[in-house]
Amino acid sequence: MAKTHVKMVVNGAEVEGLVEPRTLLIHFIREQLLLTGSHIGCETTHCGACTIDIDGRSVKSCTMFAVQANGTDITTIEGIANADGTLSALQEGFRQMHGLQCGFCTPGMIVRAHRLLQENPNPTEEEIRFGIAGNLCRCTGYQNIVKAIQYAAAKINGTDFQEAAE
Amino acid sequence: MNDMTPTREQREARLEGMGCKRKRVEDIRFTQGKGNYVDDVKLPGMLHGDFVRSPHAHARIKSINVEKALKVPGVLAVLTAETLKTVNLAWMPTLAGDVQMVLADGKVLFQNQEVAFVVATDRYAADDGIGAVEVEYEALPPLIDPFTAMDANAPVLREDLAGKTEGAHGPRKHHNHIFEWTVGDRELTDLAFDKAEVTIKEMISYHRTHPSPLETCQCVCSFDKIKGELTIWGTFQAPHVIRTVVALISKIPEHKIHVIAPDIGGGFGNKVGAYPGYICAAVATIVTGKPVKWVEDRMENLTTTSFARDYHMTTEIAATREGKVTGLRVHVLADHGAFDACADPSKWPAGFMNIVTGSYDFPVAHLAVDGVYTNKAPGGVAYRCSFRVTEAAYCIERGMDILAQKLGMDPAELRLKNFIKAEQFPYHSALGWEYDSGDYHTAMKKGMETIDYAGLRREQAEKREAFKRGETREIMGVGVSFFTEIVGAGPSKNCDILGIAMFDSCEIRLHPTGSGIARVGTKSQGQGHETTWAQIIATEIGIPADDIMVEEGNTDTAPYGLGTYGSRSTPVAGAAIALAARKIRAKAQMIAAYMLEVHEGDLEWDVDGFRVKGLPEKFKSMKDICWAAYNSVPPGMEPGLEAVSYYDPPNMTYPFGAYFCVMDIDVDTGVYKIRRFYALDDCGTRINPMIIEGQVHGGLTEAFAIAMGQEIRYDATGNVLGGSFMDFFIPTAVETPHWETDHTVTPSPHHPIGAKGVGESPNVGGVPAFSNAVNDAFSFLGSTHIQMPHDFWRNWEAAKRLGVTG
Amino acid sequence: MIPGEFEYHRPATLADAVKLLSELGEEARPLAGGHSLIPMMKLRFATPEHLIDLGAIGQLKGICRDANALVIGAMTTQHDIITSADIASYLPLLKETALMIADPQVRYVGTLGGNVANGDPGNDMPAVMMALGGSYRLEGPEGTRDVPATDFYQGAYFTALEPGEILTAISIPVPPAGHGYAYEKLKRKVGDYATAAAAVILTMASGKVAACSIALTNLSETPLLAEAAAQAVIGTSLDDAALKAASAAARAVMNPAADARGTSEYRIHVGGIMVMRALQRAASRAVA
Repeated sequence: MAKTHVKMVVNGAEVEGLVEPRTLLIHFIREQLLLTGSHIGCETTHCGACTIDIDGRSVKSCTMFAVQANGTDITTIEGIANADGTLSALQEGFRQMHGLQCGFCTPGMIVRAHRLLQENPNPTEEEIRFGIAGNLCRCTGYQNIVKAIQYAAAKINGTDFQEAAE
Repeated sequence: MNDMTPTREQREARLEGMGCKRKRVEDIRFTQGKGNYVDDVKLPGMLHGDFVRSPHAHARIKSINVEKALKVPGVLAVLTAETLKTVNLAWMPTLAGDVQMVLADGKVLFQNQEVAFVVATDRYAADDGIGAVEVEYEALPPLIDPFTAMDANAPVLREDLAGKTEGAHGPRKHHNHIFEWTVGDRELTDLAFDKAEVTIKEMISYHRTHPSPLETCQCVCSFDKIKGELTIWGTFQAPHVIRTVVALISKIPEHKIHVIAPDIGGGFGNKVGAYPGYICAAVATIVTGKPVKWVEDRMENLTTTSFARDYHMTTEIAATREGKVTGLRVHVLADHGAFDACADPSKWPAGFMNIVTGSYDFPVAHLAVDGVYTNKAPGGVAYRCSFRVTEAAYCIERGMDILAQKLGMDPAELRLKNFIKAEQFPYHSALGWEYDSGDYHTAMKKGMETIDYAGLRREQAEKREAFKRGETREIMGVGVSFFTEIVGAGPSKNCDILGIAMFDSCEIRLHPTGSGIARVGTKSQGQGHETTWAQIIATEIGIPADDIMVEEGNTDTAPYGLGTYGSRSTPVAGAAIALAARKIRAKAQMIAAYMLEVHEGDLEWDVDGFRVKGLPEKFKSMKDICWAAYNSVPPGMEPGLEAVSYYDPPNMTYPFGAYFCVMDIDVDTGVYKIRRFYALDDCGTRINPMIIEGQVHGGLTEAFAIAMGQEIRYDATGNVLGGSFMDFFIPTAVETPHWETDHTVTPSPHHPIGAKGVGESPNVGGVPAFSNAVNDAFSFLGSTHIQMPHDFWRNWEAAKRLGVTG
Repeated sequence: MIPGEFEYHRPATLADAVKLLSELGEEARPLAGGHSLIPMMKLRFATPEHLIDLGAIGQLKGICRDANALVIGAMTTQHDIITSADIASYLPLLKETALMIADPQVRYVGTLGGNVANGDPGNDMPAVMMALGGSYRLEGPEGTRDVPATDFYQGAYFTALEPGEILTAISIPVPPAGHGYAYEKLKRKVGDYATAAAAVILTMASGKVAACSIALTNLSETPLLAEAAAQAVIGTSLDDAALKAASAAARAVMNPAADARGTSEYRIHVGGIMVMRALQRAASRAVA
């Protein structure tokens, strides 16, 4: 099949490549751009491990073709750290609150949480849980992920973080 | 001493040793998307392999035509059983003493079984190639119901076992029979039942489910023709075992096989055994001379790799009228699917099911397990089961609730009455285990007080009256689960994997500038070993955990270990780590004595160095001793500071816990709400409380899913249902309840640091808590036992059967 | 999990899209959000040879007022619906329903057009459109036509869309101010299709139901307008007897398949309960 040329901005840098129309965006990101932080956990669009941020939307990149993303502005987990290379509030929150174990869902979870906090800078626990319902985790049971996101929200907003007791 | 001298507390804190909530080392790379998982491995010229799979559950293969497939652009080769036969790999040995087809040889035995392996330039071409392979099948009658597996006219599944009346575990009763395993005193147990005042008997089924880690099983195999060396990156919870297995079946010598388990995205027992994908990728790399990657997709994972459970347990308990148990008799029908591929230690075809006496002092007991073949995927031991302990715990905890109901006793009261008492430890169970330590009464009472158990039962009584009066359509259940686990496989006298004893190992080497590296035979898939193993070492040898690098998973450098599953890492490798560290400390003491010009016996250990007794200013830090180890050791001593320990545990360890689940169910819709879940765990010494809590959260979430709807089912013709995330219940953050965790500490007396392991406890203890809550909710309406899983619709069916639906 | 090969087209105008679809015939499918089609393609259950991406066609986006109706472009996403001030004011039932569809990521991409045009009995919006009296604008090689939602669904994956036609907009008459609404959806977990769901729109007057419309999701091969059920409550104060009558009338038209969500009997039973709960919730929101 003849290949198409695509161009997009990924983590602030312009990138391009040749893809078949059927090339899934997740494969373009992982195998051509060599950004392997985004993962594949299913083929039915449920797990969210492939979540990226595209033109200000959380999107499961396994359910989009690279050609559909032509001309867009994409952020993956590799683009989440602060400009000076230090960990973002979310990345710090996940570490402080033990919001990850095997790490496989973590990139998609953090990229989704990043957009969630843009949508709603001060979410309640219920809003957080609803806001990450498109990201499955098998290790943590989500409780510490919720705390991680609360930690990050507090840090970003400059408020105090009160860790919920067990 | 001046104000700048750090206090003892400060020095201890700086080490971040055992007992503290050390933040994880792994998180630095994982939160930045810089983990290195198998599918991240990319080698020059790498090819991609993928399977053609059978749509039939049971069928003869009439022909396989690969002509069209070979013409698909990008497809380079198609392996079939015929190809594999040329290297004697069409079949492979399983860990349970059976054999398993790598590629279908003449027939297929379960839906989605591997039939051919397409090798192509990339995964897209491989997928195209799969569609072009033409297979002709002749359907055969499928055997799906394990209860009919041993009928006289049951279909013959394993033609390869024709005439074999002896299996790996003894005589076979029938062509679909695998083994019978019995333990306990049959005569005395039957006697106890004959004269019992009260007995219960119930068929308690633990349905088939699947561990479903978020990363599926995968590997990259790369054969270097020049050197004759095979390198395999793979999702391996036991990389050394994989290396030995590959050496045994491939005839490539073991020293020329390099197995690397990099970061693994969850294991839960799914990634212990060898799968056809690994073998086919290995053969393909040898045949093509290029690296070959195999990555299974989710549906392949759920429907063909190691399933979990599928135990049908006829459970009988005998007791006095006052509620003292006098006997336990259990028969299990075990559905193993088409091949017995259970990842059990070799002498244990039913794992450690004989922990089924649980936390209770049964004077006599008998257990019999019959394993049978069916046309389903192979496996059985996985999913935080500790080798069938999940099944055993569910059996006894459901059984005790059923007994309580018959006696008209409160379930917690019945348990307290029958617990093994603290003074009875070490306790010899009627089915052959020596429980190391426990204090069940303290744990149970702490739990009951914390949740106000008495108050909950009063509330339940009021709600039941209100229900009968028609004032509410909600019923309330309190699920009690007091489990005793058995982990830490295991002592060489009775535990081996394919003949290799189940010790584990640690090698520590300290560098001149005072930091070091530890290599261990285990392999974390999220348990945080890089963080916790360093904590053990930090406490034992006084070097900050941050200065100890921990490495696992590379079989060239890690000492031989049996891997991570069955919660064995802390009990076995944790001991090896402590003992290796103590060897180093012993040598360090001699060096310090030499440096301080005193006798070794004049020194005492003080947090991070040695101090002369009575002369506090004469102190040598471990940092200084490390330097000295490389230039001024006592005469006759070798330089350097390293040690290795291979630890053969003297016994298993026995973590335990008290879990309570409060649940409300709407009888009109079957919808449940988990109001509260409290989990108290006793895993002995706690290395990192933060990580323990995380393990408990995760295991409870798995237990919740299993009990409340997660299953792999088959219809009558052998089609697998629930084989994708559409129907296979993985809860999101919205459904997952809030978990309250608590603990007591009863160290293991035989373990160097008193630690028992905890990873699987929440799944073991969690499922009974949920299932008992549902059953407890309905019990006042006249039900004795409602089978899992407790989906909404099944709860409604139960309500309907009891005549309470609107 | 890899789709078969296809050619990709991204027309700039609706006219181009219609022309392409016509010319390329049966083997061409329009691509909206893709979150129903692409998963099918990955499993190779759908193997179109051409995909016509509607994403660049500005005309298909937007929410605007047209006399007494709200007209929603087919490429409007569920997220757009949730964040639209107009929808929140005039058609809050849509917002409530959109929030129950799938998960945040899917809602960012999934479109209203895709959800109503697919013909999948599990989609939520079709029943809501039926209850609201919505109609679909279809553009094809023969021209434009409007089809009421109640006439659109003919069977599972079988709709009134003729070959070459694209659904371009959904027009919904704005319910009167003070109306009551509810979408009651029983599901196994967030993101799941309905085990049973009911959409209700009603108005109250002097404590009695003045007008009412009830529609059902995933309880048959198509969404269902439960007309007899609605009739059963009009003129009543929605007392117990009226609720039960509505539930019974609704159940009488349901015939859901048995699947992992439950037996047919269970789904019909809870379908009836969804109708009652939706009526109660709608009434609690209605003025007078």
